[in-house]
Amino acid sequence: MPATSETASAQAIAQMAGDALEVTLTGAWQITAERPAWRQVLGAAQPGRVRLKAERVERWDTSLLLFLFEVQEWCRVTGAYCDVDALPEKIRTLLSQLAVAHETSVPFDRSESFLTAVGNASLDTVVKARAYSRFVGECVLGAVRLIRRPQKFRWRDCVHEMQQCGAMALPIVSLISFLVGVTLAYTGAIVLRQYGGDIYIADLIGLSMVREMGAVMTAVVIAGRTGAAFAATIGNMKANEEIDALESLGIPTVQFLVFPRIVALGIMMPLLTLYADALGILGGMAVALGLLRIPPAAYWTEMLTIVDLSDLWVGVIKATTFGLIIGLSGCLRGLQAERSAAGVGRAATSAVVTALLLLVIADAIYAVLFNILGW
Amino acid sequence: MAPLPSAAAPDAPVIEVENLSCAYESSVVLKDVTFQVSRGEIFFVIGGSGCGKSTLLRNLVGLHHPVGGSVKFFGVPFGAPDSAARRALLQTFGVLFQGGALWTSLTLRQNIALPLEEFTALSRREINEIAGLKLAQVGLGGFEDYFPSEISGGMRKRAGLARALALDPAVVFFDEPSAGLDPVTSRKLDELIMQVRDTFGTTIVVVSHELASIFSIADRVIMLDRVHKGIIAEGRPRELALQSRDSRVTEFLRRGDLLTTP
Ligand SMILES: Nc1ncnc2c1ncn2[C@@H]1O[C@H](COP(=O)(O)OP(=O)(O)OP(=O)(O)O)[C@@H](O)[C@H]1O
Ligand SMILES: [Mg+2]
Repeated sequence: MPATSETASAQAIAQMAGDALEVTLTGAWQITAERPAWRQVLGAAQPGRVRLKAERVERWDTSLLLFLFEVQEWCRVTGAYCDVDALPEKIRTLLSQLAVAHETSVPFDRSESFLTAVGNASLDTVVKARAYSRFVGECVLGAVRLIRRPQKFRWRDCVHEMQQCGAMALPIVSLISFLVGVTLAYTGAIVLRQYGGDIYIADLIGLSMVREMGAVMTAVVIAGRTGAAFAATIGNMKANEEIDALESLGIPTVQFLVFPRIVALGIMMPLLTLYADALGILGGMAVALGLLRIPPAAYWTEMLTIVDLSDLWVGVIKATTFGLIIGLSGCLRGLQAERSAAGVGRAATSAVVTALLLLVIADAIYAVLFNILGW
Repeated sequence: MAPLPSAAAPDAPVIEVENLSCAYESSVVLKDVTFQVSRGEIFFVIGGSGCGKSTLLRNLVGLHHPVGGSVKFFGVPFGAPDSAARRALLQTFGVLFQGGALWTSLTLRQNIALPLEEFTALSRREINEIAGLKLAQVGLGGFEDYFPSEISGGMRKRAGLARALALDPAVVFFDEPSAGLDPVTSRKLDELIMQVRDTFGTTIVVVSHELASIFSIADRVIMLDRVHKGIIAEGRPRELALQSRDSRVTEFLRRGDLLTTP
């Protein structure tokens, strides 16, 4: 009962001889071409022993080994005897290596039960929160040290960062805050027109830009732009052992890398926010003029009846806080990055996520706080 | 040379490592490693890839915290991270990392100037002069204002060496100084290491696979092993190569042609 399976070139011809199945391998066995399947070669036969031999095998590679291994495994399972003595020496050596590799490679189980996962995640959260607190603490201590020896502050780096995160961000901040002003005005107009209170559009835009949207929108832009850049730069330095080089000299990384960046953001964020406020109000003014026919002078006068200096302060305080949050998150994530290219990417992403999360929380806390203070 | 910490004992061994164990979260890399390095010695740490040489170095210079054992420099315990004792010790170290680890945002001159600015009261002009001198010493004169990204890997390594020597350290650690360098440069680097030792009496710890360097400049070597997780041989390289009965040691050291190297 011969069972033959043919492909373009590699062939395994099986022939029953008593209890034994004689399998002859011929042709060119190549991993890129198809190879005969053992099941098909075997057909319905139930041999007690399998004898393998190679005849006129023009070329062979791992594909032949895989086939032989399949045969061996089948023999092991069914208890048949697998006779490979007729195969060339080289093939037998490789085959035994494959068998060893197969036995020693115990699959490394990285899966975990639901409870383990939950436990690990909780522990992880605690560890992360602790890392963040420790980092903030380190920064505070470093700041105290720096105030005692201000000449150690790296002004040059700080100015460079200020330019990067401040001046270079002006175009995108302008565009976004102007459009936010426009959008708010359109939305507000729908309601206010119904009650004939068109003029109050000025109050709406003024208050929401100055107290809220200016700082928040700027922070969102800066988190994506600068926070991610901080994390990527510092993460890359870590992968390059540059951070190790600093530490091995005893130069505090916080002083060298973190302060110039945080100070730069702490200074630029309020300035950018004031600028964003102005552009948002301008956007609102444009819509008021175009849609509601309110002259800019009237708009301005109306706005000043409600927006005062305390509102401006609210925005500036928020902006400074957001700046610190973005700077801290970016630097911390960068310092925590894994030492690889993928680690740097993850650090950048997680810097943005952390910053956005924390700044929304901070915003909510401020909302309550300012409400209590009556600002 | 940077002054030693005041508590330093003048004739204590420069480095005393006792029962040091190093581990990463998941795995122990080294167990109970004990050795000493005396003043002015060129001490090599050798061993196959992944046996923990870089790990040992990182634990010695405090970038990683050992899980057991103690390290003393000049008879002074290394101390807790961020302690004043440790900071004082760190200023007497120079470290050359496997990849050079230059600060990419600074030019070569600024790279070398930074430790000087941090730890000395020298004027800017003096600092610049020292930076120029150190760069010239490693054959990088004229590259002062290049950024690390604008020079080759071997040049980065040499610049890293110049930075490691910036504070005229009492102990210098090198992680594979000659990996990735051509034979001539690598030989020059060996000569420079010798010269630094002979001139300043600097103690030098080198991690290396380079047989040529091992046989030409090492005073003493320890060999680490991945399976044993510790030291399997200690002594002068030539004697080890000729006399060791441990096949792992002789195999490593005789991989090069023993008849021509020693
Ligand atoms: N960050 C890490 N986390 C976990 N294990 C690590 C880490 N770094 C190194 N190892 C493990 O520690 C062992 C020793 O690594 P190490 O880098 O010290 O080797 P090495 O002797 O310096 O090798 P090479 O000569 O290739 O540089 C390796 O088996 C490695 O898998
Ligand atoms: Mg290494």
